[in-house]
Amino acid sequence: MPVTATASPALAADAVEPGRSLWQDAWARLRRNRMAVIGGVVLLVLTALSLFGPLFLAYSYEEQNLGLGAAPPSAAHLLGTDKLGRDQLARLLFGGRVSLLVGLAATSVSLTIGVLWGSIAGYAGGKLDAVMMRIVDILYALPFTIFVILLMTVFGRNFILLFVAIGAVEWLTMARIVRGQVLALKRQEFIEAAVALGLRKRRIVLRHVVPNVLGPVMVYTTLTIPAVMLLEAFLSFLGLGVQPPMSSWGLLIKEGAEQMEEAPWLLIYPAAVFAATLFSLNFLGDGLRDALDVRASKD
Amino acid sequence: MALLEVDDLRTSFHTRNGVVRAVDGVSFCIDRGETLGIVGESGSGKSVACLSLLGLVPQPPGRIEGAGAVLEGIDLLRCPQEVLRGIRGRRIAMIFQDPMTSLNPYMTIEEQLMEPLLIHEKIGRAAAARMALQALQEVGVPEAEQRIRSYPHQFSGGMRQRVMIAMALIGKPDLLIADEPTTALDVTVQAQILDLIAQQQRQRGVAVIFISHDLSVVAGFCDRVMVMYAGRVVETADTRTIFREPKHPYTRALQRSRPAMQAKGAELCVIPGLPPDLSRPVPGCAFAPRCEFAVADCGRTEMRLQDVGAGQASACLRVQRGELTLQ
Repeated sequence: MPVTATASPALAADAVEPGRSLWQDAWARLRRNRMAVIGGVVLLVLTALSLFGPLFLAYSYEEQNLGLGAAPPSAAHLLGTDKLGRDQLARLLFGGRVSLLVGLAATSVSLTIGVLWGSIAGYAGGKLDAVMMRIVDILYALPFTIFVILLMTVFGRNFILLFVAIGAVEWLTMARIVRGQVLALKRQEFIEAAVALGLRKRRIVLRHVVPNVLGPVMVYTTLTIPAVMLLEAFLSFLGLGVQPPMSSWGLLIKEGAEQMEEAPWLLIYPAAVFAATLFSLNFLGDGLRDALDVRASKD
Repeated sequence: MALLEVDDLRTSFHTRNGVVRAVDGVSFCIDRGETLGIVGESGSGKSVACLSLLGLVPQPPGRIEGAGAVLEGIDLLRCPQEVLRGIRGRRIAMIFQDPMTSLNPYMTIEEQLMEPLLIHEKIGRAAAARMALQALQEVGVPEAEQRIRSYPHQFSGGMRQRVMIAMALIGKPDLLIADEPTTALDVTVQAQILDLIAQQQRQRGVAVIFISHDLSVVAGFCDRVMVMYAGRVVETADTRTIFREPKHPYTRALQRSRPAMQAKGAELCVIPGLPPDLSRPVPGCAFAPRCEFAVADCGRTEMRLQDVGAGQASACLRVQRGELTLQ
C-alpha cells in the first residue's frame, strides 16, 4: 500500500468514481487497513472452526476418559486433555460456539435496545428524554453481579438468561452514546438546513441522523462483543454462567487457571484463542471506525 | 402587491432568566425580485426574525407572535405545520452562514442537491439527477459531472457555499434568505459568492433577503436596507439614501465604525457601551444609552418607525421632531 506523491492523485480520482455508495467507500477503505483485515480473517477462521471443527473430531466435548486424566498434548489429543480426560481441542472449539454466540446475541440485544432507546430519547428531548435517561441511570446504579445472581436464583441457571442478563447491562452504555450523538447532531446546521428545505421529521432522522450516528455505533458494537465475552468468562469464572460439561472459553480459562501448575496447556490454549479474538475484534473495530468516517478519505 | 408582508413580528425566548425579546415588533415587506438588506450587530435579531418566518425557531423556548407574515395570501405565522413545511425549500429557501457545517458529511453532493426536488416535486430520480447536475454547473463548480458524486469534505468552503446556493435555488423559490452567506469565507471568495448570488438573482428574478453585519457588502448588493438594533427596526430606506443621509444615529455610528472610513493611523471609531439586555424591558429608544445625541426624552418615549423622507423611515425621536440632521 504505497502512499506516495504519485499515488495520491489516483486515490483522489477514485474517491469521486461514479456510483460509489458510502458502503462501497467504507469497504474500500477497510480493505486498505491491514490490521483490520487480519482481525477480520482471524475472526472468520475462528468462527468457522468453532462451527464446523467439532464435526471432524474423533472426540465429543463431554466424552470422558478418566484413565487418561490430564494428559499433555499428543498425537491423539492435539491440545491435551483435562483432568477428566476430555479432549481439550473439542472443548475449545465447542466453547467457541458458546462464547461467540453469547457475544453475538448479547450484543444484538444491546444494539437494538440501545440504539432505539438512545435515538428516541435524544430526538424527542424534553420530558420523555429525562424520564428515559433516568431509567438508564437507575439501571446503571444496580451492581451487575448482584443483578445476575438475582436473575439466576429466581429463574434458575439458564443459557438464554445469560444473554438477557448481559444484554440488559450492555445496552445502557449504547443508549447513552447514541443519545449523546443524536443530541449533538440535532444542533448541527445541516439538520437545520434539512428542516429549512422542508423535509419531514422521519426523513430527517432516517437520511440525516442515522447515517451520522452509524460510525460510533458500529465501533462501539465491535467493542461490546469482547466486553460481553469477557463478562461471560467472568460469570462462568464465578460459576454463574455456563456449567460443565458444557464448555465456553471463559469456563475453560477458569478450569485451566485452577491447574495451571500441573497442566499449563489447559490454560495456555484457551487464553491464547480468547486473546486473539479480543485483539481481532478491537483491530476490526478500529478499522471500521476509520472506514466509516468519510472525512478520513481525504488522505 | 408585495411578495411577503411582515407585520409586527415578535419572537421571544422564554428562558429561566426571563423573557428575552429577540425580535420586538418588526415590520417590512419585500416585492418580487427585490433585494432587502438587514443590517445590525450580533444579537440584534436579524437572523431570528428570518428564522421565525419559516418557523425554524425552536419552540419552546421560542415563541413567535405577530400580526402576520403573509406570503401571497398565506400567513406563515398561523398556517398549519404541513403547509409551512411545503413552503420551506420550495417557495422560501435559505442559505446559512457556515457552509462547512451546513452539508451532511455522509451524503454525496448529488443526493443533497436532489433532496429538495424529490420531496417537493413529482419527479423521478433520473430527472432530479439531471437537474442537480445543471444546478451545480450554474453555480460555477468546475468539472461538475465528476464532482457531483463527491462528499462535502472534498469541497472547499467557497465551493460548498456554491453548493448551498445551488441547493437553495434548485426548487425555484420566490424568496431566498441569505443569512450572512459570506461571513465564514475568505475575503477573496466572499466577492465571488456575492457576485454569484447577484447573478442568480438577476437571472431568476428571485427576491432576496440578505442578512449581514457588513455594511459595505450590503451597500453593493441591496436595493433597500433595514437597520436593526436590539430586536427593533431603527431605520429603513433605499440603499443610496441610507448611505448618503442616514436618519438614525445608530446607522450613522455603524457607518463611521467601518475601518475604511478612517484615515490611516487614526484611531478607529467605536460605538461606546453594549447593546441592552433584552431579557429586561427596554424603555424608550434602545440605543439612547449609547447615543451621542440622546436627550432625556429619548429614554422615556416609546419609539416607532415614522416616515422622515421619500421612502425613508426612522425611529429616532429627535429626527422625527426635526431637531437633528445627521450626515
